[in-house]
Amino acid sequence: MSAIADLLNTEKPFAQDAHPALDPRDRGGPLQPLLKVEGLTKHFALKGGPFDRKRQVVRAVDGIDFTVAKGETLGIVGESGCGKSTTARLLMHLVKPDAGTIVLDGDPVGGVRGVTIAEMRRQVQMVFQDSYASLNPRMPLADGIAFGPRANGVRSLEARTRAHELLSLVGLAPERFAERYPHEISGGQRQRVNIARALAMHPRLVILDEAVSALDKSVEAQTLNLLIALRARLRLTCIFISHDLNVVQFISDRVLVMYLGKVVEVGPVDRLYAKPAHPYTAALLASRPSMDPRRRVTKPPLQGDPPNPINPPSGCRFRTRCPIASAVCAEREPVLLSLEPNGGHAVACHARIPGSGHINPVHAA
Amino acid sequence: MVALTFAREYPPPVAPVAPSSASPAAEDPPVGRGAEYAPLVEVEDLTVRFVTRDSSVSVINGVSFTVKPGEVLCLLGESGSGKSVTMRSLIRLLPASARYGGRIRVGGADILSLAPRALERFRGTTAAMIFQEPMTALDPVFKVGTQIAEALVTTKGISWKSAKARALDLLELVQVPSAKRRLDAYPHELSGGLRQRVMIAHALATSPKLLLADEPTTALDATVQIQVLLLLRELQQRLGMATIFVTHDLGVACEIADRIGVMYAGRLVELGTVEEIMERPRHPYTEGLMRSTVHAGMRGRVLDAIPGMPPDLAALPQGCAFAPRCRDARAVCLDQPPAETFLAGGRHVRCLREAPGTAFAESPALSA
Repeated sequence: MSAIADLLNTEKPFAQDAHPALDPRDRGGPLQPLLKVEGLTKHFALKGGPFDRKRQVVRAVDGIDFTVAKGETLGIVGESGCGKSTTARLLMHLVKPDAGTIVLDGDPVGGVRGVTIAEMRRQVQMVFQDSYASLNPRMPLADGIAFGPRANGVRSLEARTRAHELLSLVGLAPERFAERYPHEISGGQRQRVNIARALAMHPRLVILDEAVSALDKSVEAQTLNLLIALRARLRLTCIFISHDLNVVQFISDRVLVMYLGKVVEVGPVDRLYAKPAHPYTAALLASRPSMDPRRRVTKPPLQGDPPNPINPPSGCRFRTRCPIASAVCAEREPVLLSLEPNGGHAVACHARIPGSGHINPVHAA
Repeated sequence: MVALTFAREYPPPVAPVAPSSASPAAEDPPVGRGAEYAPLVEVEDLTVRFVTRDSSVSVINGVSFTVKPGEVLCLLGESGSGKSVTMRSLIRLLPASARYGGRIRVGGADILSLAPRALERFRGTTAAMIFQEPMTALDPVFKVGTQIAEALVTTKGISWKSAKARALDLLELVQVPSAKRRLDAYPHELSGGLRQRVMIAHALATSPKLLLADEPTTALDATVQIQVLLLLRELQQRLGMATIFVTHDLGVACEIADRIGVMYAGRLVELGTVEEIMERPRHPYTEGLMRSTVHAGMRGRVLDAIPGMPPDLAALPQGCAFAPRCRDARAVCLDQPPAETFLAGGRHVRCLREAPGTAFAESPALSA
């Protein structure tokens, strides 16, 4: 516990204010995005029966673009099936993308030039939701943490020392925890071990896929505090994926909202939460319980469930549930456009585009 | 035999649910007339132990509460706090290794001494339950209309034809779009939100006086969760059902509860109306839970989390189970579990800090 207390007591500002450390691996300087994704696409083919002539595909991720700046935390939110977890797996090449480019600090990943997939995986680490399934059950905790560095040529003794340091960094006393096995510790402690394991490779980017979602509230709060402290101290760049809008608001600098494999809105956390520009973002935010028994939610913001990603609606995929859908929404797919000339707040909605043909457009004030 | 109350003609809220003339009264658990004045559910000093040949773990350590007809009680707590076990005890839906103690009365029936046949009848008619995972609670090989109708045929003894007609009414009641078509759907053909609505319809089929809901919205997406939550709230008020709702989510409890019972390590540590608990929590655990729950406007702050983790139920401390994590704990807290302190407004709390006239005031503080 004292390690966290020390971490939290440092007067370091949050990551969004800090400049990324001078990393020898840094190539483009602080202004070059650490990660640049363009046209990322993954369609999963469904197995049909022998007489099934038409092949059906799930459009899990359907051409998304985004960037992650050095030192920032990008939150990704959306409902189940919107493609947020697939996006994370595509970034790591755990699932091979059908199309699209991933550029890590100026270097394209997995191409003829640029960095190899193996090198990218050394620089990008991931923490998964299921803390138990993502640890080797037959390996003591310290060995599990040291495994990555050892596989990459760090000498055994040095890797073990680093594992012990990391355990105390995440608030687990190495003398008590190093030789224990994953089943002997609680879910919150296991998730700390997973964070330590991800940090063992000195990653430049950490992807957290629903990393706190399975934890109880009191343990979730402890883990979020730990993440924020580690992020400030190690100047981490993060992608934080969650369905919990409150947690994403708490931890992210920018937020990206996905719906059925598409990015519908992306922007700085304060602006996006205060003035959501896409009707889906607005509905998602209004679906949160009120936390005030005297001012309860009286009407659900949306009806029905998200449609099946196998045959998504034509045009704008949200139009079937959208309160302001117009004829043009069924005809053409809206593209992600910036709301201000140089702002980072972009939205994919015809109602926000002057001259789109939407009958009741909402233009940014 | 066909004096069916149709879904749309349910009695208004709070009115006592008239026993259906179709049901053979002799076999019903005796539900007293004027039951609207008396509690529907009375739980007194409930204990549950799970006993195997090798071990015996006490998971519920003396829980007492009442629920009035038409009232919504939320049991709030983290995993392992005993909220689900408490609720399942009310219909004795625990594995055979469970050993009960204390007393449970629901609608006048003494649940812990009901004979198997009577218990079966009670489960269908007086109390019904909805579960977190509709895909595992519904039978995958039967059409949903058949499953709902089966509940009616079994408990009310009506014909399959009228049961099917009633099933359609019930699907409309829970706002399933194109309900007629959905009667012939199998569970896997429905979305998560629709499956949960079907399960609610199934539970309401027998017009229960008590609805037990075990995290029914937890597995749903945000935009669907709020729909199902508001539907449950509306139905509960319209049908005047008493409801016990288990959740780990403060926000969900705020939306639906009349009263909240906060559970920790198999005990009800605080019980009060939702407004009182949210505005003035009295137990240090409830306070800590609220500080730990991330909501808007907490950005940039360090969360004031509860340190440590919930205790191992197999090795509970001798004193207050929360004392090792409590910032206000004093030496006296370690002696024995605190008794209930009754406060104004039917509220109670198990904490020596809130109990006047105990040794707490003079006891030395434990340095955390």
